[in-house]
Amino acid sequence: MITFSFDGKSYTAREGDTLAAALLRNGVGLVGRSFKYHRPRGIMTAGVEEPNALVTIGEGGRTEPNTRATDVFVYEGLVAKSQNRWPNLSFDVGSVLGLAAPALSAGFYYKTFFGSAKKWMFYEYFIRKAAGLGNAPTQTDPDRFSQRAAFCDLLVIGAGPAGMQAAVEAAEVGKRVILVEQDNILAPSLLRDPQAQDAAWIKATAERIRAAGGRILTRTTASGYWEHDLVTLTQRIAEPGQIPPHNVAQCLWHVRAGHVILATGSIERPMAFAHNDRPGVMLSQAVRTYVQRFGVVPGKRAVIATNNDDAYKTAQALKDAGAHIVAIIDARPAPAGAGSGFRVYNNAVPLSTKGARHCLKSVTALVDDKTVSWDADLMAVSGGFTPVVHLHMQAGGTLDWNEHAQAFVPAASRQNVTTIGGAADPQAIFKMVPVSSPKKSFIDFQNDVTLADVDLAWAEGYRSVEHLKRYTTLGMATDQGKLSNMAALGRLAEKQGVAIPEAGLTTFRPPYTPVTMGLIAGAGAKDAGAHIRRLALYDLHAAKNPIWQPLGYWFRPRAYPTGGETLAQAALREAKAVRNNVGMTDVSTLAKFEISGPDAAAFLEIICATTVSKLAVGRGRYTFMLREDGVVFDDGTVWRLDENRYLLTSSTGGADRMATHISYVRQVLCPQMRVSAVNVQEHYAGIAVAGPKAKSVLATLIGEEPPRHMSTVPASIAGVPVIILAASYSGERAFEIYVDASQAEAVWAACETQVNEVGGALYGLEAMEFLRIEKGHLVVGGEVDGRMTPHDLALDKMLNKAGGYVGASGLARPALAETRRRQLVGLEAIEGDIPEGAMLVTQEGASPVGHVSAAAFRIIEGGSVALGQLTDGFARHGEELIATSPTRGQKARVRVVVPHFYDAAGERYRD
Amino acid sequence: MMQFTCPHCGPRAQAEFVYERTVDSVVALDAPPEDAMRTLFTRNNPRGVDDEIWRHTYGCRAWMVITRHRVTNEISAIRAVGPEALT
Repeated sequence: MITFSFDGKSYTAREGDTLAAALLRNGVGLVGRSFKYHRPRGIMTAGVEEPNALVTIGEGGRTEPNTRATDVFVYEGLVAKSQNRWPNLSFDVGSVLGLAAPALSAGFYYKTFFGSAKKWMFYEYFIRKAAGLGNAPTQTDPDRFSQRAAFCDLLVIGAGPAGMQAAVEAAEVGKRVILVEQDNILAPSLLRDPQAQDAAWIKATAERIRAAGGRILTRTTASGYWEHDLVTLTQRIAEPGQIPPHNVAQCLWHVRAGHVILATGSIERPMAFAHNDRPGVMLSQAVRTYVQRFGVVPGKRAVIATNNDDAYKTAQALKDAGAHIVAIIDARPAPAGAGSGFRVYNNAVPLSTKGARHCLKSVTALVDDKTVSWDADLMAVSGGFTPVVHLHMQAGGTLDWNEHAQAFVPAASRQNVTTIGGAADPQAIFKMVPVSSPKKSFIDFQNDVTLADVDLAWAEGYRSVEHLKRYTTLGMATDQGKLSNMAALGRLAEKQGVAIPEAGLTTFRPPYTPVTMGLIAGAGAKDAGAHIRRLALYDLHAAKNPIWQPLGYWFRPRAYPTGGETLAQAALREAKAVRNNVGMTDVSTLAKFEISGPDAAAFLEIICATTVSKLAVGRGRYTFMLREDGVVFDDGTVWRLDENRYLLTSSTGGADRMATHISYVRQVLCPQMRVSAVNVQEHYAGIAVAGPKAKSVLATLIGEEPPRHMSTVPASIAGVPVIILAASYSGERAFEIYVDASQAEAVWAACETQVNEVGGALYGLEAMEFLRIEKGHLVVGGEVDGRMTPHDLALDKMLNKAGGYVGASGLARPALAETRRRQLVGLEAIEGDIPEGAMLVTQEGASPVGHVSAAAFRIIEGGSVALGQLTDGFARHGEELIATSPTRGQKARVRVVVPHFYDAAGERYRD
Repeated sequence: MMQFTCPHCGPRAQAEFVYERTVDSVVALDAPPEDAMRTLFTRNNPRGVDDEIWRHTYGCRAWMVITRHRVTNEISAIRAVGPEALT
């Protein structure tokens, strides 16, 4: 015996019980409250289509809400709780909503939204409290979810008799076969109607499949059929809430199959009649499953309602198990059911049920225009059979209408998929139309949609099945309308006066049954979701305990505070060191490409919008790159290291984009060029040394005269070969030192010793931002925001006049020549500090004419300055504006100026 | 998820590839501005077969042209582009 609990009460179950079987075994009929009206609900089915018996399983991080009690196998210590009830299941305050049901009809939300906002504010509180089912867990799931890929010649989905036969035949002719079954046993449908020889056949067939090399996966659901015959399987290794072996709870399989066979069977349909959702009303085959497979008899006095022969087997099974069959309500005329030995009422359809204390009490039917009632505690209903065509449809298939079964069956397939067995050839039924009152005649049990809701949607003008679905929420619950869609289509077709196939179908979408988000994330959850790369010099920085800032894939030091400094204090001290003395910083993350070959210069003149070919060996220059539409997307520097060898640097954040762009030009636009483009971003670590004393520090380090501004030399520091680029982002005399990343620590240490020697400092990204804003240098993602042309950024004088670069044609488009474009300007505060991100207005309340892209303070003199984009900005120097940030509640009066606040003549970085 | 037969690596899952653009949206370097505008802003979007440029970014990184039916995802041709395709 297995012990488990439901709503805090302890019960026992038998090995192999589903939670639903175990609850029924213990006489628990009331299992949950419905989504909208909080109606008492019990167990209706014995499969994954269960709309009512949704419970929360497990505790802490292993909590799994909205789990179907029919789709979880009981294990020792299982903890289950009912949902959507307060204070408890049998007395639920929310069920008063049921009394207000007419007010919560189809389209309730839409109508409320169109009403006054006040009304919605009133309803919202109550609706949010009452709606929804289980609650998502608040703790992290302690288990792992794994993923794996597999390939096979044949994937068989559904291990019923048809599926097993197909699998064994293929496996024994040498095909690689995978057979999957969502139940925890093979051929579960055979246990519904057990025959003496079944067990031996199942065992022998499974052994033959395995002996021929086939793989059998139970507790595994084919959840999605994707393009090119890829099927995703969700495999439960542990039951919901259970501590899994080896810590792995579930596995998501990606199976690429040569051919797929769908042996998915069919799902029994309920019938629509008033109060058909009462605990005690169950599907006929489900009743038979509980009786024959689990040995549980869900009632003592049963009424059967049917339109087919299959339900008679249920009557017989119940009778054999000792229950009394009060009546069989058969929609078919005589002689259907004759000779069965039961009390059969022909031409009979169910009208309603009555109950007491959440149990079924009586059933009423219309028999030949007369109303007849019976006392009963169980009603087994069979409204026909709906083939499980979900995967066939996800694969892009079409359907045919089968008149005998009143059901859609698979027709053409777009992919390599075949449907066999009951899913292809469902049982014949007698066509019937609901006659009971549409109120409380539920068709979508999980979303509480009744026939009356369908009628209302129709009356309000919703004609298409797609509109009906969205207006009533029919079929939109987690069961995806497995039970409801056919009933709704029947009603809609009746209203339209057409046959069901003409009423149309909604789309079948994956997953077939709900999938845990953790399974989709797999190992990519938590910290593994976004990879963080480590700087080559990470350990040296970390030892100084800097403030870190994410930049691209990396974290870079934002500032190195000492002695209790704030970020702003530290950054200002560091920036002053650069202006007055010398500073050094890690610039390793800059994008770097080595371009070489006879056509290297010509290739670079396609990538870059500036000239390159005129560079002498050992010289470099600033450059920028355009998109095809003429907009600047990145900038950097290009250096001629050798006759046919160049180094291109560009922004950290744009590194991937630039790598792709270079690859595109190389592979697609210029495949004939004799050039090699190699991404050397992480091959080199980079150290920038900047400040008035940078030149003397460099001279000491390399033992020779440092290169002139915008020149490059190979050198050696601490015995390690380096490349020195004399370039300045800060506005001071500055050098970038590039070194093989694996040897960077020695070079950094040597630089730091020299910088400390002369009283310099390390500086981080914050100080760098102060320095470059004051200097008026651009940053990609700030001033270069994907909207600015070279002209807007005052870079047009640098354009390669010969053209031929990417974006040259786009730059010539007339729209870019128009006035009223945003242009780069400097902003100087007259009063107040300029808020970053502020909008620029001519007066309070006016429409914005621009915005502040970056704001800082003059490092030496003090005072708030900023860079911004302003409509026709070049012509507005001297104008006064207001920079206002309503979100921050800050504003400043500013004057438009040239965007160079420091050394506009550029004298400080030249020798 | 589709499956593409990379000209260099063989059949691989779509997850290894990145879609870049259609062939008819490639702006030639010497295109007159009017042609460049047409290529950039008034592109075809056929309900049927189209030539698309994909990149095997998590594989050999090569670029290729994949002829794909936009509705059925049927792949009728895959050809290599770039220096490798010239020889």
